[in-house]
Amino acid sequence: MSQAVTPIARESLVEFRASRTTSERNLLAVRDVREGMRLWRLAWTLGWLDIRLRYRGSMLGPFWLTLSTAIMVAALGYLYAVLFHQDIADYLPFLALSQVLWGFLAALVSESCTTFTEAEPVIRSVRMPYFLFATRTLVRNVLVLLHNVVVIVGVDIIFGVWPGANGLLALPGLALWMVDALALTMLLGGFCARFRDILPIVNSVMQIAFFVTPVIWKPSQLGPSGVAHLPFNPFFDMLEIVRAPLLGGQADHMVWVGALAYSVALCGLSWGFFTRARPRIAYWL
Amino acid sequence: MTRALIAVEGVSVLFPLYHGNARSLKKMVVAAASGRLGSDQRHRVVVEALRELDFKLVSGDRLGLVGSNGAGKTTLLRTLAGIYEPAIGRVRIQGSLNALLDPSLGMNLELTGRENIMLRGLYNGLPRPMLTRLEEDVAEFAELGDFLDLPVRIYSAGMVVRLGFALATAIKPQILLMDEWFLAGDAAFMAKARSRLEEMVRGAEILVLSTHSTEIVRSWCTRVLWLDQGRIHQDGPADEVLEAYLGHSLPALEAPPLALGAANEEDPGEQAPAEPAAEEQAPAEPPPAG
Repeated sequence: MSQAVTPIARESLVEFRASRTTSERNLLAVRDVREGMRLWRLAWTLGWLDIRLRYRGSMLGPFWLTLSTAIMVAALGYLYAVLFHQDIADYLPFLALSQVLWGFLAALVSESCTTFTEAEPVIRSVRMPYFLFATRTLVRNVLVLLHNVVVIVGVDIIFGVWPGANGLLALPGLALWMVDALALTMLLGGFCARFRDILPIVNSVMQIAFFVTPVIWKPSQLGPSGVAHLPFNPFFDMLEIVRAPLLGGQADHMVWVGALAYSVALCGLSWGFFTRARPRIAYWL
Repeated sequence: MTRALIAVEGVSVLFPLYHGNARSLKKMVVAAASGRLGSDQRHRVVVEALRELDFKLVSGDRLGLVGSNGAGKTTLLRTLAGIYEPAIGRVRIQGSLNALLDPSLGMNLELTGRENIMLRGLYNGLPRPMLTRLEEDVAEFAELGDFLDLPVRIYSAGMVVRLGFALATAIKPQILLMDEWFLAGDAAFMAKARSRLEEMVRGAEILVLSTHSTEIVRSWCTRVLWLDQGRIHQDGPADEVLEAYLGHSLPALEAPPLALGAANEEDPGEQAPAEPAAEEQAPAEPPPAG
């Protein structure tokens, strides 16, 4: 009992006050992100426990994710291959990949809305960098994605599909996903804490996005004039920069331009919002 | 290690009212009656939870917060912990700080005792070797045995209290902020807990304690801040403020005040014996918004 467990002393002197100038706000937001990154072990543990808790007591555990994705891909694949008059050997690998990647994007967007509201008990009882909760949401969703990747690999093996060296081109796309995911989580997490109506709006937007984005249908089905318009859809750009290389192709020039432009806009918006909202988030919860 | 310090300079904490029917007539009337409804520069409706607080605590200070429910005690603790950043004024803190505000911080009922201990350690930024020490320390005090690897959900109420208490008192900071939930255990448990709690309090350089228990304030605190509607009503030596707060003089303490080393200059022999302290009645007033 006499062993003292002492918390780490923070910077010699901390000061809490309303930040008035823009540079002061930026500095505090940078510090939040930096401290959040330093707590990566906690973020990892929290994200992993989130998954474990969802499936605690079940026999398959998180592999229920893999199984339900596999069943859905198989069922949808056979149905839509008939509906769209597609060759199943060509369509099923496409659908498995699209469905898993889209599942990640959609879940991330939707869960980013509750990033801060679900952490309310923690935020209101101890000072923690807000960035920590963003990384927790990201970790949780990446772990789900990794479980679902098994489905993609399985389908590819069954149908003998292999993206080849082009598959490596998906890596810059995935890196951009991670950055955008954190920016989006900070933005929507804060916004949804302030305005509780945002979550249902986001969810219905994602539902529409699922149908207007080539997830279950192929971009080529739109015809040449339709394809030219697709890069205006940010969801298409983001999906395509990772999906095209994994299908053995390459994302179009315009797709990358769109993805980068939307990413810059998202990160800028997110940063502008967070620097302003950071001191207020605790009051909103 | 640097000396601990808390400096509160002209601090006001305003809660903007956004949610629900915050702008309803009924609440406006209630808030106006308690005189704490204002509006800020942008004409949002705000509740002034703390108003123009000024005080300074240095190493060795043990401050008790008294006041009716809703006077701003918990909000002040949260502000000192850096959870609410003040709208006006500034708070300066030096030294490691632990705030025991919420008994369930990091305690997830679905997780096992061991996982909860690990999470608490990570929330406090402990490096890995410290995590092991924390686990040993908590396991020893909480006496959970094999239950440590079972979900907290199936623990008896007593076990949950023991675990929560052991966790909260395992980490020994320079500055300790404590809310009154912490002192609400059953008598048998408190007897065991007391020495551990006092050890932690003694180890802290600065204590800020919010409670309704006059006895505990008198034996632990050298200074008392009486908060009323978010303002400092009185600030001074413990017994002086308590007598004014309770409206009668205080009886002699049954037990001597907690020995606090050189930092404690309070002399318990000064109080004149008087009629026994009546149970303090907190006026029924809603807690501050948020």
